[in-house]
This record gives sequence, structure tokens and C-alpha cells, in this order.
Amino acid sequence: MTLIAELKDVTKVLGATKVLDNVNLQINKGEILALLGPNGSGKTTLLKILAFLETPTFGEVKFQGGTVHAKNAELFRMRSTMVFQKATFFDASVYKNIAYGLKLRRLAENEIRGRVKEALMLVKLEGFERRSARKLSGGEQQRVAIARAIVLNTPLLLLDEPTANLDPKNVAIVEEVIAAINRGRGITIVLATHNMFQAEKLPQRVALINNGQIKEVGETSDVFGKLSRNLASFAAIDNTFKGIASDTGSGTTVVDVGNNVKVEVTTQQRGEISFFVSPQDIILSKSAIASSARNVFKGKIVAISDSGSLVKLTVDVGQPFVVQITKRSFVEMGLNLNAEVYLAFKASSVQVL
Amino acid sequence: MVDILGGIVQAFQLIFAGDVTLYGIVCRTLLFSGVAVLLAALWGTPIAMVLALKHFRGKAIVKTFFNSLIGIPTVVLGLILYLVFSKSGPLGFLGLLYTPAAIILGEAILVTPILISITITAIEAVDPEVLLLAKTLGASDSQASMAVLKEALNGFLLGNIASFNRAIAELGVALLVGGNIVGLTDVLTTAISRYTQRGELDFAIALGILLLVIVFAINLLIIAARKVKIIFELWRSPQ
Repeated sequence: MTLIAELKDVTKVLGATKVLDNVNLQINKGEILALLGPNGSGKTTLLKILAFLETPTFGEVKFQGGTVHAKNAELFRMRSTMVFQKATFFDASVYKNIAYGLKLRRLAENEIRGRVKEALMLVKLEGFERRSARKLSGGEQQRVAIARAIVLNTPLLLLDEPTANLDPKNVAIVEEVIAAINRGRGITIVLATHNMFQAEKLPQRVALINNGQIKEVGETSDVFGKLSRNLASFAAIDNTFKGIASDTGSGTTVVDVGNNVKVEVTTQQRGEISFFVSPQDIILSKSAIASSARNVFKGKIVAISDSGSLVKLTVDVGQPFVVQITKRSFVEMGLNLNAEVYLAFKASSVQVL
Repeated sequence: MVDILGGIVQAFQLIFAGDVTLYGIVCRTLLFSGVAVLLAALWGTPIAMVLALKHFRGKAIVKTFFNSLIGIPTVVLGLILYLVFSKSGPLGFLGLLYTPAAIILGEAILVTPILISITITAIEAVDPEVLLLAKTLGASDSQASMAVLKEALNGFLLGNIASFNRAIAELGVALLVGGNIVGLTDVLTTAISRYTQRGELDFAIALGILLLVIVFAINLLIIAARKVKIIFELWRSPQ
């Protein structure tokens, strides 16, 4: 396998913090590699180093055979582009935003027009050229940001949480585009995510990163197939818990995750296990509702984060559970911080890692 | 009182008659101030960009230095420049004293701190990710800085207009290094002072009115530009 980029003993120190700690990572040409890790694990810094926007404090970065340093970074930046987690735009039209990088590459106006149109078609935003980029919805902005990067056809594309805060329709479009340009154009993609299921779906390989260190790198099926201790230790990933599984006596299994929180699951495994509950699979209500859900907990809302059409709530039921609901539901239910709510999810929604 | 009223009437007569001396002074003032601001922008903008975008030791001190220079009394600066440009001064050999070049240079130095300070504030208000965005799309460091400046265009223009206002309305520098030579280095403010001293109130009032009109017109332009955003919409228009 040919390498496109390689990090050798890369350490990045910002102030008094070691953001990356002796990272060694090889990126194969043509692959999709996911960097999976909780927030603050160093994913974004790693991507910025691969985008040549930051230089490592120690260590070596190689790209397409050449060694990158502060003086030649400008040249290498032409061959690697990054889409930031927070879509940032020039205060200009969608067309001008997407055309910017092409103009820097001194392409003819005709070709620029054609390529912008093609990129917008890929992200399903045909005819958006004249719209003001900053006035688009969150999902549309993220798609324009991706179009602006893919229009450049750089050999390496870096995506920082490309679907965080997007609704399912936009997630589907973005994931489709990522797969299409990787397959169709052979573009190498490094994707930072804290969404385990995205990391399992798109990439060929996954690198687990935590506290600035690469804990494990491997084929997606290998990393997710075996019960990876590293994966399980990512308690910082939303709704991942570790506990002792035992028999309920009625054919199901209950996992004690501490602080009096016992979760029913469908696995037959016993002993220490880790599991994950998707925030979308949890039903939130203001009073206890009769349902088939085996897991019902009462708790308090301890954090609210608004992300466009969706609202992410952290509910403390003894353990923190993250629940995702639409903004409309949030408003209609009149929820606020410290409100008492009930969470319900099926035993079959619990995914044992 | 009669003198004043008579002066005002005669002033308007001069304005509407298109008096050559009067409009010669106006044109000279606009030219000197315009070139001064252009010069200040030429050296002030890169300084502002470095101060806003780069991190280095002592940056806060340099910024404070420029901020405090905004309020420098024009006569004090005029005196310093007089000493520098005078025959026995360090730049005396250039023979600039009492020439338009001396006024232009002096006014450019006077407005540089205003231009730098307002431009820094405007650039710092731009989302810092814009710089990274430009870079990741392939911009060199200087191209990326230009992209940020474009985002700060509103504030940057405001800085230039405020500088022009300061230059056009100042007296000290123009008087001390320009010498108020009729037809060569006299500008609106210095000419007003000369005609007032001579008792030629009609000229003084006419010039005063024109100076006020120019200053008000510039301020109206700022308000109009902010409201209508003509310039920015033009810049934003796609393709």
C-alpha cells in the first residue's frame, strides 16, 4: 500500500498542554481513515497538522514522500484541504466561497464555473450559487463547506466532525458525498468523529485517539469486531457505559453501571461489559409513560446544547445520558435546565461493544 | 453683528460664484488629505495586519503605543516635524519644509495611529477561522491575510474615512510645516486662520462653511454606506 502521509513521533504542545503525545500514524493512499475519540482528544489538532495549518512541536510530518516543515508548508497546503467542524465562510456568495480556492490556483473562469456547478450538484445544492453563504441553514452550510473543499480535488481531504449537529437528511447526503469522492476520484479522506457508528460505516480503517495518543489503529471490522478495551474505555463518548452484567432471572440481562443505575440489555454475556445507547433511541417525556421499553429512568436535565434543528440534552439519572430531540419538541415540551424528565429505551436498543 | 451678517452673505456669494482662490484652497486640502490617507494606509495597513494577526512578545505595548498616539496634539506633532525638517534638523537636507510634501507627510504621520487602531479592531472582530479557512483552501500567508482584511472591509473603510476627517480638519501640522503660503501650502484650516486674522471674514466664513460641508458629507457617506452597504453588496455580488 502506498502511503500519502505519515506522522512520525509527532508531539504538539500548546501552552502547558500536550495536545498530541508522540503520535505515529500512516495514511494509505485512497483510503478513508476515521479518527475516533472523545471531544478534546486531539483529533482537530491532528487534522490541522495534516492540513499543514499547524506544525508539530516535535516529530516529523511526511506528505507524498516529502518532509513538511514551516518553510514549505505553504506549498503542501495546495495538496491537502480541511473542512472545519464549525462551517466558516467568507462573507460572500456560495459561488465566491467555492471558487476561492480555484482562483488561487489560477484556473480559467470557465473552468471555475463548471467545477463549482459540479461540486454543488454533488452536495445536492444545485442553483445555490448566488445565495449568501452565511445565510444558509446549518445543514446547507456544511454541504457548501464540503463542496468548497472537494472542488479543489486535493489528494488528501480532512473532515472534522462533518456530520456533528446535522439532521439525518443532511447526514445521509454528506456521508454519500464522502463515499462517492473516495470511490470515484480516489481521494484519501481522514475523518475525525466521536460518532462510533459513523466510524464503523464509512472508513476502511479506524484510529482510536484519546488524551492526544493513538491507542489503536486497525481495519474497521477488526477494531469494532473484537471487544476493544480501548474502545470501551472511551467513556467520554456520549452514552457509553461500563458495568457488570448479571442474569435477571427472567431470561434477560441487567448491567449495573453504578450509582443505582441498572440497564437491561439483550446480551447473554456476563461479567464486565461495555455498551452504548444511541441518543436518538431514547424517548424523553415529562411523565412516566407506559410502554414496552424495559429501561425507564427519572432524572434532571443538566445540560442543553442547541445545534440548529436538533437539541442535545444531558439528563442525569445517576449516570449522564445524552438525548437528542428536535427543537420543536424541545419548545413544545417547555423544557429547561433542572427540569425533571423521564427517559425510556428498549433493551434491544442497547448495543453491547 | 452687521459685519458678521455681511460676512455670511458675502461668503455665500463667493461659494456660489465659484471663486477661484476659494476652490483652489478646497482642492488643495482634499488632495493633501487624500494623499496623506493613502500613504498612511500604505504603511499602516500592513502594520495593523501584523498586529492583529501575528502573535509576538511586546504586541500589547505596540498596540497601546498606537492607541495613545491617536490623541497627540497636532501642534506638538507639527513642532516635532518642523524641527526634523528645518535646515538644522536631521532631514533638513531634503528641503521639505514649507512644501506640500511636508504637509502630506506630516498629516500621514498624524493619521497613521487612527488608521492602525481602527483597522486592528476591525480585523480582530473577524472570525479567526477565516484565516485558517483561506490557508486550507490554498492561500499563502499574505493571501490569507488579505482575505481577512476583505472580511474587515467595513471597519477598514471606516478607519480610512476617520483618518481623512482628522487630516482635513487639523491645523497644527499644516501651519507649522506648510507655512500657510498662499496658493501653495495653504489649506482650509490654515487659510481660515489667516483670513480671520486679516479681518477678511467673508473668505474665512466661506472656507469654514465648505470645511463643515465636507466633514458632514463624509459622515453622511459613512452612515449611507453602513445602511445601504452599497460597497459591500457590490463586492459580494457573485460571478
